[in-house]
Amino acid sequence: MLVHFSKEGFDKALSQGGLMMVDFWAEWCGPCRMLGPLVEDLAKQYEGKAVVGKVNVDEEQELAIRYGVMSIPTVIFFKDGKEIDRKVGVMPPNAFTQVLDSNL
Amino acid sequence: MGYDIIVLGGGPAGLAAAVAARGRGKTVLVIGNPWRDSPLAKAERVDNYLGLPGRTGAELVGTFRAHAEELGADFLTGRALSVMAWNGFMVTVGSQVCDGQALILAPGVVRQAKYPGESEFLGRGVSYCATCDGMLYRGKPVAVVGRSKDAPLEANYLHGIGCQVTYVSAREPEGLDRAIPWVKANKLAVKGTQTVTALEADGADLPCAGVFILREAVAPADLLPGLETEGGFIKVDRAMATNLPGVFAAGDCTGLPLQAAKAVGEGHVAALSACEYLDKRKEA
Repeated sequence: MLVHFSKEGFDKALSQGGLMMVDFWAEWCGPCRMLGPLVEDLAKQYEGKAVVGKVNVDEEQELAIRYGVMSIPTVIFFKDGKEIDRKVGVMPPNAFTQVLDSNL
Repeated sequence: MGYDIIVLGGGPAGLAAAVAARGRGKTVLVIGNPWRDSPLAKAERVDNYLGLPGRTGAELVGTFRAHAEELGADFLTGRALSVMAWNGFMVTVGSQVCDGQALILAPGVVRQAKYPGESEFLGRGVSYCATCDGMLYRGKPVAVVGRSKDAPLEANYLHGIGCQVTYVSAREPEGLDRAIPWVKANKLAVKGTQTVTALEADGADLPCAGVFILREAVAPADLLPGLETEGGFIKVDRAMATNLPGVFAAGDCTGLPLQAAKAVGEGHVAALSACEYLDKRKEA
């Protein structure tokens, strides 16, 4: 299940410490919309193993600033509440699954 | 529901590919800059195109384009910003997303080397997409490196949403908002620590948080990570297939000679190979 994070929801999920993949995106960004279906698919594929979510940088600017998101799409991976990796721009699916698989 | 074939590039190779693919009953979308901007369209006189000597380049490209239009190819004017190979291919053009089942690369030669620091700071202040990332720089100083015709418009957009824009280019820009300062500079480098702090322009630092580098086209190898190249050209076999499944290439981007006749021939072959790829997949 894909989670659309608010700041509160994001912080709560982060404090639970599991593996997280978060896609920072916005409606006006074409490459973000292209990546969207893939992120949704990964959310299904990793159901129960990792939390896959999205942060709309237009609505949650504080989160974008906190993580220094300067280009979208940016996908950030977290484990135990800490950033472990990030991918900037559109990437092929295996760029994301590799990070997820090696941190399960 | 998407196209059979997406062609990147509307020059002779891309148009020949479109014509051949329409001839096989495939749906085709050609994505490219305005055809009048293609290098061939600027040639004053072309004497070596078979059967049609003494034409201007513009006449030739115009004729090629009309042919592809008559056969029902669709056209989208713009720059492909990113490509994703997933359930076929998705291509972003501005804020639009197009999708197709096979891809033909015919973008010509992108003769623009990267600036020092550009790759290093990509995503940490360097951006190729004003509409994507502009909002993240509201209220901040940004430099726009104008290397394409529509770069002034993108600079105006950034100015409009509240970025403090400085426009940097070698030649005086056309259509730039008068409120935006223009810096004439040739030799550029991106500088920073964790993120971008300045654009060095002919030896002087312009302090900024972001650098938008706007070129005519994104290089194919940047669009498709893993695409094999050789000496700056896309590596293809005799079927014009690249090393990536479903991706074909034709024209100047595959190598010398940079000639219309060669581009047209390759475009034709690339399209037939793409059709064969699609038909085989359907059977499987």
